[in-house]
Amino acid sequence: MATTETAPGKHPDWVAHATGGAFGQVTDAPVGHGHMKRKEDARFIRGLGNYCDDVRLPGMVHGALLRSPYAHAKIVSIDTSAALAHPKVAAVVIAKDLETLGLAWMPTISYDTQAVLAGDKVRFHLQEVAFVIALDAYSAQDALQLIDVEYEVLPAIVNCRKALDPDAPLIRDDKVGQTDNLASPEWEAGDRMQCDRVFAEADTVAVRDLLYPRCHPSPMETCGMVADMNPATGQLNIYNGNQAPHAHRTVYAQVAGLPEQNIRILCNDIGGGFGNKVPVYPGYVCAIAGSIVAGAPVKWIEDRSENLVTTGFARDYLMHAEMCSKGGRISGLRVNVIADHGAFDSTAQPTKFPAGFFHIVTGSYDLDGAHCTVKAVYTNKAPGGVAYRCSFRITEAIYCVERMVDALAMEMNVDPIELRMKSFIRPEQFPYETQTGWVYDSGDYHKTMKLAMEMADYEGLRREQQEKLANGEIMGIGVTFFTEGVGAGPRRHMDILGLAMNDGAELRVHPSGKAVVSLSAQTQGQGHETTFAQIVAEELGISPNDIMVRHGDTDKTPYGLGTYGSRSTPVSGGATAVVARKVRDKARAFAAVMLETRPEDLAWEKGRWYVKGDPERGASIESIAEYAYGPNPLPEGLEGGLDANAVYDPPNLTYPYGAYISVVDIDPGTGKVHMRRFIAVDDCGVRINPMIVEGQIHGGLAEGVGIALMELISFDEQGNCLNSSFMDYLLPTALECPWFELGETVTPCPHHPIGAKGVGESACNGAPPCITNAVIDGLHKAKGIKHMDMPCNPARVWAAMNGNAQPPQ
Amino acid sequence: MLVSMSINGQTYSHDVEPRLLLVHYIREYAELHGTHWGCDTSNCGICVVLMDGEPLKSCTTLAAMAKGHEITTVEGLAKADGTLDPIQMGFHEMHGLQCGFCTPGMMVTGRWLIDKHPNPTQMTEHEIREAISGGLCRCTGYNNIIKSIRWAAAYEANAAGRR
Repeated sequence: MATTETAPGKHPDWVAHATGGAFGQVTDAPVGHGHMKRKEDARFIRGLGNYCDDVRLPGMVHGALLRSPYAHAKIVSIDTSAALAHPKVAAVVIAKDLETLGLAWMPTISYDTQAVLAGDKVRFHLQEVAFVIALDAYSAQDALQLIDVEYEVLPAIVNCRKALDPDAPLIRDDKVGQTDNLASPEWEAGDRMQCDRVFAEADTVAVRDLLYPRCHPSPMETCGMVADMNPATGQLNIYNGNQAPHAHRTVYAQVAGLPEQNIRILCNDIGGGFGNKVPVYPGYVCAIAGSIVAGAPVKWIEDRSENLVTTGFARDYLMHAEMCSKGGRISGLRVNVIADHGAFDSTAQPTKFPAGFFHIVTGSYDLDGAHCTVKAVYTNKAPGGVAYRCSFRITEAIYCVERMVDALAMEMNVDPIELRMKSFIRPEQFPYETQTGWVYDSGDYHKTMKLAMEMADYEGLRREQQEKLANGEIMGIGVTFFTEGVGAGPRRHMDILGLAMNDGAELRVHPSGKAVVSLSAQTQGQGHETTFAQIVAEELGISPNDIMVRHGDTDKTPYGLGTYGSRSTPVSGGATAVVARKVRDKARAFAAVMLETRPEDLAWEKGRWYVKGDPERGASIESIAEYAYGPNPLPEGLEGGLDANAVYDPPNLTYPYGAYISVVDIDPGTGKVHMRRFIAVDDCGVRINPMIVEGQIHGGLAEGVGIALMELISFDEQGNCLNSSFMDYLLPTALECPWFELGETVTPCPHHPIGAKGVGESACNGAPPCITNAVIDGLHKAKGIKHMDMPCNPARVWAAMNGNAQPPQ
Repeated sequence: MLVSMSINGQTYSHDVEPRLLLVHYIREYAELHGTHWGCDTSNCGICVVLMDGEPLKSCTTLAAMAKGHEITTVEGLAKADGTLDPIQMGFHEMHGLQCGFCTPGMMVTGRWLIDKHPNPTQMTEHEIREAISGGLCRCTGYNNIIKSIRWAAAYEANAAGRR
């Protein structure tokens, strides 16, 4: 507990702020990496954040979307006359109006196309049909009721297996040559024949059908936009909290045929993203079209039902998996997936990987053979397949392999940790190429697993479990060891819509020695204004309080692909370190002139260059900056000023990993799962700000608790989505989350400039299989149950205990 | 209809539609944007404000129902001279916020809990969890929100002890 000698009301941070100092300034603020309170808190704790719905522009009007009540239906007619007659309605836009603007269809991030407003037919429940623009938001909602749409209802498909039936109705009849509901050709990774040989020689084989059910990222702020097209100048200003502003600008330029330089995206503050704010949504295009039509700024903010039912969902992977052992260790893995992409394929994936990074499914183990196939189908469900706190389907892969290791241990009748320990890639094997082609850079998995066992008192827990079992109580212990590949990615391997996945950074040290660093990464709460200042501080030796981090404005930041897939620190963090080192090198040349010596005779210590052998003779970054901008002689070949820019192309992904252990108690009478303990040991390499890293892990663990125990997007047979509010889509509250016990090991990433690996998504990858394994461990020991799918809510656990463990969809 | 209410000690009066929600009155008429909106259905707690000192979900309250009452929003936590309330300090000290969207609702709820609890420094973890369970946070996993509220309670007790 913090105590303070400061009088109430004279809190040191507030005093610093009031006197012009930065809010995060505390006496122990590190000049570089280390625990530091956040600079961005200053506005948030005062209620002075600036989120999308806080934007108000003169003359602004309000948009609302009419949505389809059917999952699959032909549109026979649309009558907008009554809505247009509403005194406060400015315009009503339907598909044929968009066609004249060339905006009826838009590209998805998977090279598919998606209807902005449905013209021919609707293909999922609550699909966008018409866009009303009115003088105020309430009137826009009123006018939606005045639009008359006649539908001819078609049979809907919400089951991915049924989508492959030969007589299944064709969902994407808009696509030339499309004769079935396959969204893309079957994709495979690994050596099938080698894998077959390994299975033929196996001692034990475990087989399971696993469903990672459809769930939703659900940031607390829904999606929205204010689009402001200036008819006089052709300038389009877009206020929209999204995770990839530069990529969005390029997409809008392509979709709308607008000059890219005339489009400016301002993200301001974002109330959480978790992958949900990566895609371009129909509502955004409607707001832009609406501003063009209405000649005024248009605000469109979706409500919670629209967010839950229609925006980027996650997972929906049906996985048939087999894992085998030889000589007491895991030897092979075979997985066949049907991926349900919904009505339009907008799954998140770099171009060359139609199933994203799912083929990292071999996990943390040294296997002799592995093979996976992925088949993607269209259904009458909302499009998406975005990563919910996940790097391109890695979450599904980790769930698959970690469930299968437990299943195999169950079949072998060995301890699940013992099997993992025997099968891990060993430290001396790095860099390690997996059976599906990934090159893991570094790791010491045994060490991390052992630390988690010590923290949990694993052996003690197993003894306690035995005792409880004897008393008729059900206690489960779950284990997961995950390896992620994050920080996409190397331009030779991956791109999104033809854009290489690199990020830029620009750094300018001003004459006073204060600096501005501009980023293409886009915070949604991750604390970039603090962390990235610390990266520069570490490299230049100036206080992070003297470094302003600029982001979220495409006119003022360098090009790059934004924040998702845990890529901020691995890619933008690399760019930031590199640009700071460029400035440091430039400062060295200036210092040599100032100190009348040669650059190679200078040595660096944090914050200053000094003459080797004469440490008293030196120049600080501040004095060098003053010199660089002053009327002074320049070093040969250099221009004045102290600045630089960089574009970072990561040489490889980074591979953070972790060992998680969870403990649950299951009520035998109700099936209610109580999360008693959660131990998480993460190795994300060098931790720039441990406080922020731990905050990220806490958040990911909580989302993992929700996915494992509560969250589910489901449909009835007519294709109606049954989870349109937080009464039906359950997110964990403070009562469902345990006290998280965190540990760390540090294995620096060998190819990253500062040895960091990224951490934002680790916990959300590791937690769902860990908790599910705990539930199944408990149910197996008490009732002999071998598998159940998430979510492990009371009704489903109770059904499983009574021999009826059905998939949720 | 004419609606008047006190928000953060200041009187507001407007002619509004009877169906206008309190959260929209606060945001659009009083122009206080610190109170956010998250779900429409009283499930997320993003929109919590205090009415006569008690937490209230302003997304499912009509502006008319607040007529004549005293509303406190996040903007009313700090003193007029800008001095932060200890609950605001606590959230900063203990990293109780990330994206900041749920933070105003969580902070006013935390303020209410400390004010009504007979012995704030002795609050149990479960009491705090229960008090904030009407609110959802996707970023923090709640651990640091609990610490933030405890920090504020301890800070106030410490300050009172010195007076």
